Amino acid sequence: MPFNMEPSRIPTMAAFAASGEVPEVLFWVGCAGSFDDRARKITKAFVRILNAAKVKFAVLGQEETCTGDPARRAGNEFLFQMQALQNVTVLNGYGVKRIVTACPHCFNTLKNEYPALGGSYEVMHHTQFINALLKEGRIKVEGGGFNGKRITFHDPCYLGRGNNEYEAPREVLLKLDAALVEMKRSKQNGLCCGAGGAQMFKEAEPGAREVNHERGEEALGTKPDIIAAGCPFCNTMLTDGVKHFNKEGEVVVKDVAELIAEAGEL
Amino acid sequence: MIAQVVFGILLIAAIALFARNLGRIGRNIHLGKPQAINDRKAERWSTMARVALGQSKMVVRPVAGIMHILIYAGFIIINLEVLEIIIDGLFGTHRIGAFLGGFYDFLIGSFEILAIGVLLACIVFIARRAIIQLPRFHKPEMKGWPSKDAMIILVTEIVLMCAFLTMNAADFVLQGLGAEHYTQAGSFPVSAAIASTLNLSNLQPSTLITLERTAWWFHIIGILAFLNYLVVSKHLHILLAFPNVWYSKLQPRTEFANMPRITGEVKSMIDPSVPPPDPAPARTVAGAEVPERFGAKDIFDLSWKSLMDAYSCTECGRCTSECPANLTGKLLSPRKIMMDTRDRLEEVGKAIDAKGKWEDDGQSLHSRISEEELWACTTCNACTQACPVNIDPVSIIMEMRRYKVMEESSTRPALTSMFNNVENNGAPWAFGADRRMEWTQDA
Repeated sequence: MPFNMEPSRIPTMAAFAASGEVPEVLFWVGCAGSFDDRARKITKAFVRILNAAKVKFAVLGQEETCTGDPARRAGNEFLFQMQALQNVTVLNGYGVKRIVTACPHCFNTLKNEYPALGGSYEVMHHTQFINALLKEGRIKVEGGGFNGKRITFHDPCYLGRGNNEYEAPREVLLKLDAALVEMKRSKQNGLCCGAGGAQMFKEAEPGAREVNHERGEEALGTKPDIIAAGCPFCNTMLTDGVKHFNKEGEVVVKDVAELIAEAGEL
Repeated sequence: MIAQVVFGILLIAAIALFARNLGRIGRNIHLGKPQAINDRKAERWSTMARVALGQSKMVVRPVAGIMHILIYAGFIIINLEVLEIIIDGLFGTHRIGAFLGGFYDFLIGSFEILAIGVLLACIVFIARRAIIQLPRFHKPEMKGWPSKDAMIILVTEIVLMCAFLTMNAADFVLQGLGAEHYTQAGSFPVSAAIASTLNLSNLQPSTLITLERTAWWFHIIGILAFLNYLVVSKHLHILLAFPNVWYSKLQPRTEFANMPRITGEVKSMIDPSVPPPDPAPARTVAGAEVPERFGAKDIFDLSWKSLMDAYSCTECGRCTSECPANLTGKLLSPRKIMMDTRDRLEEVGKAIDAKGKWEDDGQSLHSRISEEELWACTTCNACTQACPVNIDPVSIIMEMRRYKVMEESSTRPALTSMFNNVENNGAPWAFGADRRMEWTQDA
């Protein structure tokens, strides 16, 4: 789609800068959120939440580029720093202070790894941001539609163990009128979906089974109606894990943002 | 008098040998790259107090954790008794602490109860390895010496505790008989029961004295020998756990170390007016020049902290038992990464000892750790979370990946495509920047 057909509803940093305004927060969409069909739905759900809460946000649009996370995890530090330094230049150029992203990998890189390269921002994962919006009363959620449903949350490694955030996504999910059930391996002991460390972009090394089948089985063991995720890669891996056990008709894998957007009928 | 001299010589020899070997381990650790770790001191002390002293990560698995605390408390507290044995041995006294009166009785009584606790815990630990055969103790990397090492440690601890209790039992009976030298001191809740069960009071005083002396000498020589066993064994963790936790990574687990030298090169690539940084000079290590590399080819290229990690590992395998790659049958085992690093470091250290300096032997870390292992890691940090002494296998894996990719251009084909996509499109997939806003079409 050509650039000039961008709907004006999703403002860019460039547009803000041109009008001399400053957005409340930059929404870092991420590559999965921009290009992956499944993850785009998460992006859109989160935008609906931002709009409902009247958050003045902006995206970088064509100026956004990979944070470099997969390159760094795969050992290509040159490529990581090429990406990171470009992004830091753009972000600092716009004087960005606050960033929110729906990808824990972007979140970790922007928050923890950019400061060493001259980019220091207040970075939030979207579950933290949504939690704050709920607490401030900027959005309201009636969880009725989820009454009687069982939800299990899969901790993304880069949010949980990586950055010690276990509660925000759970606090958000508790707003739904559903039963939150925990897997045996959760929080600090959560099992990886298998995608981290650039595994998302390669074949798994030889083994007895796939990591996402192992995790899918564990998640299904909680007899959930919904497996909640907070990461586009976990989402893909768990969806495949559920399919592996032919349970895609009974159990859905959804991002926390999608569930809140649904509950709030946003 | 002769006994005192013999004791003194043994003690000095054992401590000197231990100090020499410990110095060698210190030198080996410093074969690694310098890395300044002296920030956030208050947090480091509190982490050490909680994790090393307080064993907070051990009790995540309660059975092993509580048993381990028994052995650990026994080790530390019974060492007070060893202090008395050393003073007695050097000065020819007997139970020099007896003047403490009631407090002495309390101490000796507690040592005895702890000794029984240690003994039972060691038996449970042997059972977990030999009878229950917990899977994490029977992974491929545990074959041979590592399993034997574990058994030697557990059996030695049992034998030492038996010697300690035998010594006390004979002493208790001798005290009752009013034998010369055997002052009335201490309370013996366990060894009194042993003495009565075995009818030790039926023995001649001279036999009892022989028994007591034999057990005394056996106990202290055993401890001195064990001290020197530490340096060739995984059991070194009892010392290194403390500094290793103090120096542990305090940053978020998934924050990877920056490579400042690359920043200089990249800045110069982006802006040709910025001159490229001067090439990093080679380091001289153990009389040899080690070139500055990207990532780790050998132990010289790892941080000294990674090398201390390797020596601190007691091969418990909690990391491996939580590793998603290992759990699904992949070759990677974080414990093996640590063991391979230590074994390679020992190999290099021995070669330096033999030749007085380092000469390239054509081997490296990569001779022991395969690409298949390196590329199986998801960097999920389940291993660093599980490690009771905050060892970090991920940073070794990462440094080795960096070497493979940046020095040897060796990676998995799909990752090469990902690199190309990021480089050309700014995304890991083949979508260009012009399509970044497509999602807004129906937003």
